[in-house]
Amino acid sequence: MKRAGFAQPWLPILLLIPQLTIIMIFFYWPAGYAIQSSFYLQDPFGFGSSFVGFENYSDIFSSGEYRKVAWFTVVYTFLVTFLSLSLALLLAVKADKVIRGARTYRTLLMWVYAVAPPVAGLMGVMLFDQSAGPLTEFLGFFGWDFKLGVNYNDTATAMVVVAVWKQVPVNFIFFLSGLQSIPRSVREAAMIDNRSGTRRFWDITFPLLAPTAFFLLIINITYALFDTFGVIDTLVKGEPGNNPMTLVYKVFIDGFRGNDLGGSSAQSVVLMVLVLALTVFQFRLLERRIHYT
Amino acid sequence: MARVSLENIRKVYPNGAEAVHPSSFDIEQGELIVLVGPSGCGKSTLLRMVAGLETITEGTLTIGDRVVNDVDPADRDIAMVFQNYALYPHMTVYKNMAYGLKNRGLPKTEIDAKVREAAEMLSLTEYIDRRPSQLSGGQRQRVAMGRAIVRSPELFLFDEPLSNLDAKLRNQMRIEIRALQRRIGVTAMYVTHDQIEAMTMADRIIVLNAGRIEQIGTPSDIYNQPASTFVASFMGAPPMNLLPASYNGNGVATIAGGSEVKVSTSGSYQGGVQLGVRPENVSLSPTDRANPLTFELDLIEELGASRLLHGRLAGHSFVVNAPNDADIPDGSIFLDIPQEAVHLFATDTGKRIN
Repeated sequence: MKRAGFAQPWLPILLLIPQLTIIMIFFYWPAGYAIQSSFYLQDPFGFGSSFVGFENYSDIFSSGEYRKVAWFTVVYTFLVTFLSLSLALLLAVKADKVIRGARTYRTLLMWVYAVAPPVAGLMGVMLFDQSAGPLTEFLGFFGWDFKLGVNYNDTATAMVVVAVWKQVPVNFIFFLSGLQSIPRSVREAAMIDNRSGTRRFWDITFPLLAPTAFFLLIINITYALFDTFGVIDTLVKGEPGNNPMTLVYKVFIDGFRGNDLGGSSAQSVVLMVLVLALTVFQFRLLERRIHYT
Repeated sequence: MARVSLENIRKVYPNGAEAVHPSSFDIEQGELIVLVGPSGCGKSTLLRMVAGLETITEGTLTIGDRVVNDVDPADRDIAMVFQNYALYPHMTVYKNMAYGLKNRGLPKTEIDAKVREAAEMLSLTEYIDRRPSQLSGGQRQRVAMGRAIVRSPELFLFDEPLSNLDAKLRNQMRIEIRALQRRIGVTAMYVTHDQIEAMTMADRIIVLNAGRIEQIGTPSDIYNQPASTFVASFMGAPPMNLLPASYNGNGVATIAGGSEVKVSTSGSYQGGVQLGVRPENVSLSPTDRANPLTFELDLIEELGASRLLHGRLAGHSFVVNAPNDADIPDGSIFLDIPQEAVHLFATDTGKRIN
């Protein structure tokens, strides 16, 4: 194969500059600044800072509250990822079988995608409102006295429900297109080989969806960890108190509410390392077991 | 291995299109029957109804002594080879072949024996742990065959299995499939749009056109006694020459704007006909006779074994397949059409009359 090259060495660099600039300004610079400030203790009023070494980090790891938030984040991420993936898969499999009115059905399912996270959170607030929320009333029928923003578990439930609801459409679109790219004849061959539709799904359809599912798994974990910020913020109404929150939200609370920039920076550095490790782990472990066709 | 019988099988799609008009035929035990026709003639629909991948609108389908209209595809005891092979891309060759057996609850040792035997038969043994993406087109085709063989079904269904292969491989696989089918003696239904495949492989051919059966017969029946102008022009390469003519009901047909041709016939039909002659049944005549068939030559196509002369007879386009050693004169060419080589079809119905 002939390799194309540039006559002048500065042209490719020039072409890369806009992208590199954006990455520098919005990623490397803040990341570097976060690492730097995680070793300092800032004056709350911004008059100065003093070097404290790893003190911020040792504070984090010895804090019971941090461990509690970290544990909640793990549970929350697992629930949101698992529920939104499985619900979307279920819906996609059903939508794939619909012949009449298929477009309407799909469009309706995709609509939610257009809702911004804070708006979704606000809708959650209204639905789960203590005095007039329809979902609160509905749960009341079953004897569940739902208290959003007051009861830890109730707030967590609402956070999971809204985050899942918001994420299902994205997953649905990907799963549906994944399903539709499986050749019809392969499914038909499976119909002749296996009578059970459920078994056919797990033996044939699902493995062929695996690349899509793997991609979505990463997207969803990232979503649950970071992009649910807006949902959480509206649901706890900026009054975290005893309410559940994720690590990302705690970074915001400690840094901008608690004015502990050093501690908050240390937290975000920990988070950065975690995400890095997670991504490497996912690609190493999972991608090897997935067969791209 | 079983007898298959279709009785007035009909397919109407929800939008009202009648893909298959009521059709009936039987497939004898161990017979290979080929459904042939142009695209959209309903041949694949018919096959898919037998497979159970399409519902049967009307009629009765019997495989062996079971009516299987409402039986699940997996329970019809059939195996199907698809046009694009339809192998499971995430499974090895071995697992592709074993999957159908595993689901039927066969013991592992038996599955293993069957798969290895089939792999041996198809020279796939060294590829048994590969995935389909690591195989060539011909090898994938063999795996698809293997997947069908290991099941030892009552009926084999082939849906244009060779159309994704190149010409050379296609000829080779054609022979392999035919030999294999003979060897295991399984009843088979084979769909193709390629008339050469149909002629070479079939015990009997069913020619379909626009959802209707035009003719059922052995390859030699279809070739020598085509039932309609459609069959006459579809089967045979190059296709049969069809000339507008009129028939007097008494052994003589007159080509429009030209000469008379003697016909052997027993029918009493009189009137407008399509007069059909196969290019290979015409010979070049050295002499001018009383009633000459003058051929105006436009173009010679060299085929190696023979030559195709493209030209006109009485103003109608006409093709002659001349042997290699035939002398082609520079001036006027006269044709000799043997009486028994003339086919007559009624102009209005297109049906054969002699």
